[in-house]
Amino acid sequence: MFTDAPNFDVRDYLRLEMMPHFLCPGCGHGIALRALLWALHDLAIDKDKLAIVSGIGCAGRLSAYIDANTFHTTHGRPLAFATGLALARPDLHVVVISGDGDCLAIGGNHLIHACRRNLKLTCLMLNNEIYGMTGGQVSPTTAETRLTTTTPLGNNEPSFDACALASAAGAGFVGREVTRHVPKLKELMKAGLEHPGFAFIEVLTDCTEVYGRKNELGSSPEMIMRQKSDMRPSAYRNTVDTPFHPTSLPTGILMQNDRPEYGAAYRRAAALAAAKGAKK
Amino acid sequence: MNVVDKARVKPAAKLLSGNNACALGAVAAGCRFFAGYPITPSSEIAERLVTLLPQAGGVFIQMEDEISAMAAVVGASMGGAKAMTATSGPGFSLKQENIGYAAGAEIPCVIVNVMRGGPSTGMPTRPSQADVMQTRFGSHGDYPMIVLAPASVREIYSETIRAFDLAETCRTPVILLYDQVIAQSSETVALEPPTTPRAERKWATGPREEFKPFAVGPDGIPAMAKPGAGYRVHTTGLTHSETGFPSQDPETVNRNLGRLFSKLERHREQIDSWEAVQCDDADVVIVAIGISSRAARRAVEICRASGVRAGLFRPITLWPFPEAPLCAATKNARAVLVPELSIGQLRLEVERLLGRDKVEGLHQFSGEPITPAQIAARATALASEA
Ligand SMILES: Cc1ncc(C[n+]2csc(CCOP(=O)(O)OP(=O)(O)O)c2C)c(N)n1
Ligand code: SF4
Ligand SMILES: [Mg+2]
Repeated sequence: MFTDAPNFDVRDYLRLEMMPHFLCPGCGHGIALRALLWALHDLAIDKDKLAIVSGIGCAGRLSAYIDANTFHTTHGRPLAFATGLALARPDLHVVVISGDGDCLAIGGNHLIHACRRNLKLTCLMLNNEIYGMTGGQVSPTTAETRLTTTTPLGNNEPSFDACALASAAGAGFVGREVTRHVPKLKELMKAGLEHPGFAFIEVLTDCTEVYGRKNELGSSPEMIMRQKSDMRPSAYRNTVDTPFHPTSLPTGILMQNDRPEYGAAYRRAAALAAAKGAKK
Repeated sequence: MNVVDKARVKPAAKLLSGNNACALGAVAAGCRFFAGYPITPSSEIAERLVTLLPQAGGVFIQMEDEISAMAAVVGASMGGAKAMTATSGPGFSLKQENIGYAAGAEIPCVIVNVMRGGPSTGMPTRPSQADVMQTRFGSHGDYPMIVLAPASVREIYSETIRAFDLAETCRTPVILLYDQVIAQSSETVALEPPTTPRAERKWATGPREEFKPFAVGPDGIPAMAKPGAGYRVHTTGLTHSETGFPSQDPETVNRNLGRLFSKLERHREQIDSWEAVQCDDADVVIVAIGISSRAARRAVEICRASGVRAGLFRPITLWPFPEAPLCAATKNARAVLVPELSIGQLRLEVERLLGRDKVEGLHQFSGEPITPAQIAARATALASEA
């Protein structure tokens, strides 16, 4: 238990009947889940008005553990499902949970358009640099030279900087944090949840069981300590313009603006059109 | 004229295309959400709804592709809105993933597929009827599907309304299937707004502790929990138990998937729809849908005028196929002719029911509709052979 969270009991937000959960021991996704539940608690978001929409993967499985309206959708599509849900139900608080494969590979098109559209949604992308669920294949964020079941000679594809991508695509809020800093991660999530438009948050998390094991990154505590020493150099090694500097990987809120939110703008225009239609 | 008088006046006859009738039918049915991606020959539906929906308090959105459009429709329906998308061949292929999700998770929605020539990009402005099997079996795995196949502008309007009603009643996706010709040809019609009440979603009531999201219930159709109403349930595309949570227990899987099929079987009276024209004494019964059924209707007249006893059987609900009505309508026929704009898909189903000896296809995939004369000539030949 964190001493700085005296009023927060994670069990209040969990579906205890779903325990034990299916995550591997030491999996970083559990830490990300805890940070999210803590952020929801701090903001006193009503569970009944909370919708969690997730994709497919280990990250996608998290929705089932949250005591809210939860939707486990199809691989790569949670943002698209969430777009329909949020437009039909502006009264709901809609949070998307996705993985790096889910969000950047099969769902990459939906991500850039969600960023551009700026509908109020909070998108958490849990980046463990691997397809965890399917047993450890290369993902769009796997670092170069890393071993995966589909890169037995070491990955030779460059990886995405997801936050740069989201910013370039027009997201109104972009942030990144590591699972090592749970209170910081929680604060970042709170800021994202409160942002009035589309918020993209990349959570750098560890897949201990397949990625860590294959690349001999040590036990899960060792992997977490590594986050401190080299700030996940792998994913951001040599992106096109910025050669990687371990200590300068930007975290926290990377970008925030107050571009008009899509849903509200739509409803305003629709009300005007309806008024005009009624006059005719 | 005051509002009351206006409402009493019979609707004026208007020149209207099939796609426009579909958009009007959707709004009359209570559709309040549309997500789509432009594709010929379906785009007029979107272009009409973009104005109609906001006026009715609904939402229109053009998504980045058909995959996301289908996903957004399912998402909106999970939130409680009656929702629809419309597309054609290439886009219909992309929608299959989330059509399967809607079938498995039992999310009501309506998908319009305006058939154009295929395969692949095919012939965007030419009609086809080659998606008959894809509407039924397009997504992976076992699931049932309701497919309605209107054949005129007026029927597109009324079947669009019925599609929404069936989607809500049976908690299932419903596909509206028609071809480029009836989609884009205009007919003069006076659309009568429906007088019967529309089917509405069965929402969960009662205490949360007692609510089982996928309980069998009296009619096989579980009530849905409305987000925000306090039930906080889980919806997934994984096979699930009555609780809504994933399960691979063989007995549970059998029970839940079995219910998916049986829930439609229990509602066949509402689902089934067909038309049988002069079939009782017919030596040759023509079985056709869409534009081919329009040609077949004329062919029956041509045949009868020359003394050939022909009839027409037209499935309006294509899937589940109206098996018993087809068997009854062809009981006395010596031959059955299936004209269709494909290499033979409707024919396969008719053969399955009536046997291969009796059934003959008249297939054309050149992008041109089959003419009444072609059908009449073949029916006449069959009548004399038989
Ligand atoms: C359309 C489709 N393709 C492939 C899969 C198989 N699949 C399941 S999860 C997954 C990758 C998940 O990776 P990621 O999104 O990074 O999540 P993680 O498991 O690492 O948390 C894949 C490819 C699928 N379920 N659906
Ligand atoms: S496979 Fe990796 S990502 Fe998935 S639960 Fe195990 S440790 Fe976590
Ligand atoms: Mg991953």
